[in-house]
Amino acid sequence: MTRLFNWLFPHPVMTLLLAVVWVILQNNVSAGMAVFGLILGTVIPRAFAAWWPDRPTGFKLGRMILYVFLVLYDIVIANVQVAWIVLTKPRKKLRPTWIKIPLDLRQPEAISVLAGTITLTPGTVSADMSSRGHYLLVHVLHTDDPDAVRDDIKTRYEARLKEIFV
Amino acid sequence: MTLSEFGTYAVGVFLLIGAFFTFVGAIGLVKLPDPMTRLHAPTKVGTMGIGALLLAAMSHSYVFRDGSFHELLIMAFLFVTAPISANFISKVNIHRRACDTPPKVKSDETWSTLVQRDEDGNVI
Repeated sequence: MTRLFNWLFPHPVMTLLLAVVWVILQNNVSAGMAVFGLILGTVIPRAFAAWWPDRPTGFKLGRMILYVFLVLYDIVIANVQVAWIVLTKPRKKLRPTWIKIPLDLRQPEAISVLAGTITLTPGTVSADMSSRGHYLLVHVLHTDDPDAVRDDIKTRYEARLKEIFV
Repeated sequence: MTLSEFGTYAVGVFLLIGAFFTFVGAIGLVKLPDPMTRLHAPTKVGTMGIGALLLAAMSHSYVFRDGSFHELLIMAFLFVTAPISANFISKVNIHRRACDTPPKVKSDETWSTLVQRDEDGNVI
């Protein structure tokens, strides 16, 4: 039974996501649309399962939704801070730096989410990864204390992602 | 205050917020000194600027028309794709040495953009 379920739904969260996207795309919240969305959400991940073989096990959807809201809040705060830097800091006083973040995360999906979060938060851009995937290279627009930025990213985002992708 | 008055003010406020952050992003693109710092300007436009403008579009459609969810999808797709283009631009900057050299990682590990390969694709 579980094997049939795993065969039919290689990525259960993606099935749900595709159904929700389909309903929003149709702009019409009704049972028929939801069923059709679920059919699409079953067929598409099944057809593309060969290109995403290792499913992330133990993905926590509820914590992920909380994480999205935390990131949205941080984006608003960081936007105001960076707008202030851009408008008021003279070019000479700007101190851009590279920082490298040692990664505890090992799953590619988790690292992608972390890198995306870092780029979406204004003021930091994730630029590169080390060849064995143990470090993330991040460019910071302006900081006086690079170590504090690194620790902030590690405690605020990476620690939460470790609990989401167990 | 009626709903349509409230909606008008809400749309106006969101439009102003979006326009402000888009404008600051454009100023940043002109003012910041080198390719890597200039990359920070579009992230503001892409998140708050477009986000607030789409919120304005959404509240307009809810107050004056039938309402639409499409803006949520635009925002979601933008948030998924924007980091990838930023990542590619910064990789090109590192590759062309258009920015400060990134700090060394370790003796046996380097940044994946700077890895040297021979003709067969083996790491030198």
